Amino acid sequence: MAVRSTRLKKLMAALAAATLVGSMAACGGSSDESSDGTVTLEFAQWWGAELPAGDFDEIINDFTTANPNIKIKLLSAPYASTKQQLVTGAASKTLPDVVGLDGAWVNDFAKQGAIADMSALMTEAGYDQSQLASQIQLDGKTYMVPVVNFVYPLFVNKDLLTKAGVAAVPTTRTEFSDAAKKITATGSDVKGWALPLDTAVPNGIQNDVMSWLWASGGSMLADGKPNLTSPEVKATVEYVKSLNDAGVIAPGALTMKEQDKVEKFTNGQVGMMIDSLAHINLIKEGKPDLNFEVAALPAVDGYSGKRGIPYASWGIGISDSTEHKAEAFKFVSYLMDQKTNANLATIANGFPGNKNAKPDFSNSDPLFEKAFEIYQAGTPANEFVGLPKSEELMRSFDEQLQLVLTGKTTVDEALAKSQASWSEVIK
Amino acid sequence: MTTKAAPAVPRSGRLRSLIPFGYLSPTLLLIFVLMVIPIVMVISYSLRDNVIVTANPVFAGFANYTKVLTDPDFIAALKNTAIFISVSTVAHLVLGLTFAMMLNTKLLSGVTKAIFRIVYILPWLFTIAVIAVIWRLLLDPAGVVNYILQTLGVVQEGIGWFSDPDIALWAVTFVNVWSGYPFFMISLLAGLQGIPADLYEAASVDGTTWWQRFRHVTLPQLKPVIISMAVLDLIWTSQQFALIWMTTGGGPLNTTEMLSTYVYKQAFSEYEFATASAAAVIVLLLTMILAFFYVRSQRER
Repeated sequence: MAVRSTRLKKLMAALAAATLVGSMAACGGSSDESSDGTVTLEFAQWWGAELPAGDFDEIINDFTTANPNIKIKLLSAPYASTKQQLVTGAASKTLPDVVGLDGAWVNDFAKQGAIADMSALMTEAGYDQSQLASQIQLDGKTYMVPVVNFVYPLFVNKDLLTKAGVAAVPTTRTEFSDAAKKITATGSDVKGWALPLDTAVPNGIQNDVMSWLWASGGSMLADGKPNLTSPEVKATVEYVKSLNDAGVIAPGALTMKEQDKVEKFTNGQVGMMIDSLAHINLIKEGKPDLNFEVAALPAVDGYSGKRGIPYASWGIGISDSTEHKAEAFKFVSYLMDQKTNANLATIANGFPGNKNAKPDFSNSDPLFEKAFEIYQAGTPANEFVGLPKSEELMRSFDEQLQLVLTGKTTVDEALAKSQASWSEVIK
Repeated sequence: MTTKAAPAVPRSGRLRSLIPFGYLSPTLLLIFVLMVIPIVMVISYSLRDNVIVTANPVFAGFANYTKVLTDPDFIAALKNTAIFISVSTVAHLVLGLTFAMMLNTKLLSGVTKAIFRIVYILPWLFTIAVIAVIWRLLLDPAGVVNYILQTLGVVQEGIGWFSDPDIALWAVTFVNVWSGYPFFMISLLAGLQGIPADLYEAASVDGTTWWQRFRHVTLPQLKPVIISMAVLDLIWTSQQFALIWMTTGGGPLNTTEMLSTYVYKQAFSEYEFATASAAAVIVLLLTMILAFFYVRSQRER
């Protein structure tokens, strides 16, 4: 028996080794043009994983039916694994032909020469650029086109607001801080606001902190360089600190994650939060009778300009190493066309990247339509898009903010240190 | 017969000596592909200037090592890891031994012991992701633990176990102790059951107390198990990544930053694969020191 099992083990080992060598050989060659002239485009993204099952395939099928000489091979994975695959793919120049992009990656990928200059492709194809709501550029060249945008408005629990005796949804910082204090005063377990500052995924800096700055038309950059010591940024951080000092922020902020924030809002433990519109369905599933509303982010008192509203996007780009740039761009323009784009935005609960596309709100929550109005009245703002190592920028800022909130440093000192560490990254 | 065979011996002998390697070749190939190549690659990355994200990295000597070793975050991670693994291992050992001895006692009935065996082993059956979620909920400032403490009047306000810089490291260590002690318990229980009963009989004939029997019979008999378990646990715990990442992410204020989370952040958020590799090589060397002691203790047995 012992002899047999060792022999079996050897056989298994030999088989494993053979499969390994075989699969490595298979990785080496990837011919994507078959003999009959059909081109196969690989499309890596995380969108398929976030859409209702089968919906994304339908959109792709419509394209391949209309273009029988192009086949699309979807490589769908969750966001984090897509990111890791693309980071290594970009370095080794083996990116799939078409890639789903987050604005935060564009700078690094473009500098490595991994993604193609789409401005040139648009000119070549005679594409009408005016229909695009936005383009992510570096040195005047477009590297990413946002396909669907997800905005981050202010979520307000109406019942808690009423209970606290606040009549209207806050529109200024003073009103917000006042409402947060009143909500906190209603009960021992209720707080006014949630601030997720976990450093593992430090996007709270973008969504929950810098959004205050952008909502009042402020900027953390000046001519593309960090400008964190400006009075606007200082006022924003001081405002967050004042909320913390007033005890209106839900406890545990320093390691709170985005999902904790949503959960606390859903459970009625916090009265207000800034969050992705995409979470409306999640909240309604968790607590169908929660009476809440979305609104534009509060701005500094007396501000009358357009309000920046933070957003995240499903962006698209084309690999610089693909041999089928024209076909790839054809696919991109299909996703961006008025009808498809509206359709995609509708099923994704986002807002279209094509200016003329109007999502169909007939089957969705009325809150989406409300948010679309806020979106159109304001201006999409996310200054981390296009910056190098944006996650690291958020993390270093996060660490300084944590020092401020725990009373270990002053606002000025923290901003000076953040400015120094950002200046090392953004040169 | 001997005269005939004699000239053939060297040739067939040489061939014969190659035969074992033929049998070993699949394993050697696997070890080469899965162990040697990745390790050599990481070492070579650590000696070059920002690899992977630049097309043509240049040789940088030990610059990455100097950068890592002078980084205050790395030093903090080293210190936190040392505290985390030593406290975890000692607590695993004490708890594991206590529970193992309770399960080995003659004072309880078989059914009672079976029930407790299941209860005690439960934490080991959960995957780290589940453990992280459970404890995040339990230790939330508005969670169950704080509710109980508040109801009992121990604390006035909910404690942020994971978010208070002074407590976070102890909170993650506690969770790690909770999730890891059953493995010690099972191994030590097996060791306890292997101690011959006549040793205890002889000891009680000599009129020893319980404590004397524990010190002079139980502990010496368990020593080999305890030593190898402790060294293995130090190595395993030093590689704990998922638990830290899913509970505190290395925060607040880097108080729970471990070597593993440090390497991850260097690689996947700063894209500094060269410094990440250098840090990983340092971790490898530190782990090899532990492995050396493990192998030596095994050889002594």
